[in-house]
Amino acid sequence: MKAGKWMLVVLAIFSLLSEEASAQDFPKGPITFMNPFNPGGEVDIAARAMQPYLEKNLGVPFVINYLPGAGGALCWSKLAAAKADGYNIGGFSIPHIILQPMFMKDVAFKTDDFVIFSIVEYTPIGLAVKKDFKVNTVKEFIEYAKANPGKISCGGVGKFTGHHFATLQFMQLTGTKVNYVTFTGTSQVQTALMGGHIDAAFTNSTMMVSSKDQIKVLAIGAQQRMGQLPGVPTFEELGLKMYPRIARGAMGPKAIPADIQKRLEKTFLETTSKPEFKAKMEAAGFVPQVMGIADSHKFLEEEAKELKKLIQEFDLLSPAKK
Amino acid sequence: MDLFSHILLGAQVLFTPMNLFFCFIGVLMGTLVGVLPGLGPTAAIALLLPNTFHVSPVTAIIMLAGIYYGAMYGGSTTSILVNIPGEAASVITTLDGYQMALKGRAGPALGIAAFGSFIAGTISVIGLMLVAPPLAKFALAFGPPEYFSLMLMGIVVLIYMAFGSILKALMMAVFGLLLGTIGMDAISGTQRLTFGLLELSDGIGFIPAIMGLFGVAEVIANIEQEIKRELITTKLKNLLPNLQDWKDSFWPMIRGSVLGFFIGVLPGPAPVISAFSSYAIEKKLSQHPEKFGTGVIEGVAGPESANNAATGGAFIPLFTLGIPANSVIAILLGAFMIHGIQPGPMLITKYPDLFWGTIMSMYLGNVMLLVLNLPLIGLWVKVLKVPYPILFPLILLFCLVGVFSLNYSQVEVALMIGFGVFGYLARKFQFEMAPLVLALVIGPMMENNLRLSLVISQGSPWIFIEHPISATFIFISLALLISPWIPWIGRRRKKLQEKVEGEQI
Repeated sequence: MKAGKWMLVVLAIFSLLSEEASAQDFPKGPITFMNPFNPGGEVDIAARAMQPYLEKNLGVPFVINYLPGAGGALCWSKLAAAKADGYNIGGFSIPHIILQPMFMKDVAFKTDDFVIFSIVEYTPIGLAVKKDFKVNTVKEFIEYAKANPGKISCGGVGKFTGHHFATLQFMQLTGTKVNYVTFTGTSQVQTALMGGHIDAAFTNSTMMVSSKDQIKVLAIGAQQRMGQLPGVPTFEELGLKMYPRIARGAMGPKAIPADIQKRLEKTFLETTSKPEFKAKMEAAGFVPQVMGIADSHKFLEEEAKELKKLIQEFDLLSPAKK
Repeated sequence: MDLFSHILLGAQVLFTPMNLFFCFIGVLMGTLVGVLPGLGPTAAIALLLPNTFHVSPVTAIIMLAGIYYGAMYGGSTTSILVNIPGEAASVITTLDGYQMALKGRAGPALGIAAFGSFIAGTISVIGLMLVAPPLAKFALAFGPPEYFSLMLMGIVVLIYMAFGSILKALMMAVFGLLLGTIGMDAISGTQRLTFGLLELSDGIGFIPAIMGLFGVAEVIANIEQEIKRELITTKLKNLLPNLQDWKDSFWPMIRGSVLGFFIGVLPGPAPVISAFSSYAIEKKLSQHPEKFGTGVIEGVAGPESANNAATGGAFIPLFTLGIPANSVIAILLGAFMIHGIQPGPMLITKYPDLFWGTIMSMYLGNVMLLVLNLPLIGLWVKVLKVPYPILFPLILLFCLVGVFSLNYSQVEVALMIGFGVFGYLARKFQFEMAPLVLALVIGPMMENNLRLSLVISQGSPWIFIEHPISATFIFISLALLISPWIPWIGRRRKKLQEKVEGEQI
């Protein structure tokens, strides 16, 4: 009942705003942030950390609305079709928004349906093994994988995702073969790795930071070592040129008027450049970013280029592999 | 520091006006969403989380935890009075609780549900306090093969315990498993049976299914039989169960509490599974299993204790490992991170005030709930005493609003109505709902764990036998399936069934 009443209020506010929206009087009402994943996930943690700053900056409520499903595709299909007035925005993950339109059949959005206001953070993907696994370094891992091809069970979340592609890239660069085990969420991978049910996992830095005492982190896919993971080398240091990561932030339908786009960009930039926000994100294992519209789209393009190269090398688009 | 000084520290944290107030708000909100069908603790916690940013982390966690266990108290009220579970964990309570209400014993049913919840809540908090670390290790020993075998056993047990025909129960379970395959295949990402509907790509929602099968179907079935109305409005006297009730309920409560607590530690919708398991166990152990489903108090006391104990158990992986066992705990985990608290094995040592403060708040919260719930029951009964021509459309409206407000999806509303019609027809032909519901919930998890196991073992099915815990579960399942063919057990079961059917007529 309460939710129903509340929605009526929102609807009423929206109907007042039916005139052509412009930046001078933007925003007039609450801004809805569509979260493509479950509460408690990485997108949620970042959005909730930003929420108080955003509300202060914009002077209106910033409402987080959960629309999980189909690995995010459900939410993004809805966001692509939402009214382009700046009041409907949403979270995203790269590479998901690049890969899903390529590989999933019933997806009703394209990567360039959206304008990205800001990339707020990314999490490098690293390689970790269970605590009592024989190997202690990436070198030993490669030797073991070569001696036992396809025997190492290596967990990750989903197919055609950041984790899946990191595994493929690793196998290609090292000439090894591991057994990729598809889980549905990071927490599932975490439990399985800590319980020793899988040997290894390509997973997010956030998980590695939160459970670094119960697993062995071998390497991280960042450009530089991460302060939150002392003593963990990067793949690059070990001669593997791979920088797998998942980036997240806020985006909206592309047709949002340019001045409103600018207003939202400014809000996010002012939030993400706050030192206390940065510190909060770093403590949780994120790599906070301060990126506007132009930078974010450049980032997106570079990631897309890198992924397309991988797809070609592995012939992933051919029907037999699907 | 020893246990006593820890408890003192927790009390020190709790007994500030602010924390006491938020604890009260939490349990009150929890009861409210528990009573209202369609609004669950997950939605409530997600909605209220933003309001906790301005208070300290301990205060926030105290309130959010209160919503979670408070909902388990409230959920029983509508189960008993109108046969509509307030939330999923109270589904099983409808079986005997509603029958008790029909017999004019709604008071003791509600009373025992509240007392059972209180006792179980207290037991599980003590458990959480004492045995958190070793238990979390036990949960980690459960890998994909163990989960699969455990769930398989769960379904087999439920079929074996079926009220009427085993065959009909089996059919419902298999139908539930089939429904569970709808959606995006978690391993390869292929869409199955979604007919191009993006809303189905995550499978059939549990809440639309439950609200259809229990809410809408109940409304339709009740339109047929006008008589029932008088029975529900019987006087609600004697909320306090009598001595015989206490005698009958004591062991079911204790067993339910222990069982719920242990199942709570494992990931998954523990309150739901533990309530179902407790019911099955009580039916099995009972001197008069044939009376289950006709309004015996053990059928209320056991499951209501179990689902409450499960909420305490679910905090164990959160506090010791920082791993969410279910969606509610996942939001709490998010709350930790937002407040800058690093979840994990160091949490209890690094933030003792948070852990012990929350523990102490759970003791007090359970007392508050008991005091709150007994008077509040009368209030809800008044709401539910509204005449049927008003009540039925209201229940339908609650279901519609509840389902729509979940994801703002018309497809889910349509699904709920579809399940309602199906549930009504199935009821007419004496098919049980429980195997369908359980199979629908755990089907996708079972499939996922089956396939994960096989990927890990590289295709060898022996993995289920090689792991000792898993092998035990498989063995029990097989034994249960074979036993009806062993002449003397089979005959006894048949006799029992005839007795039950005779009584029904």
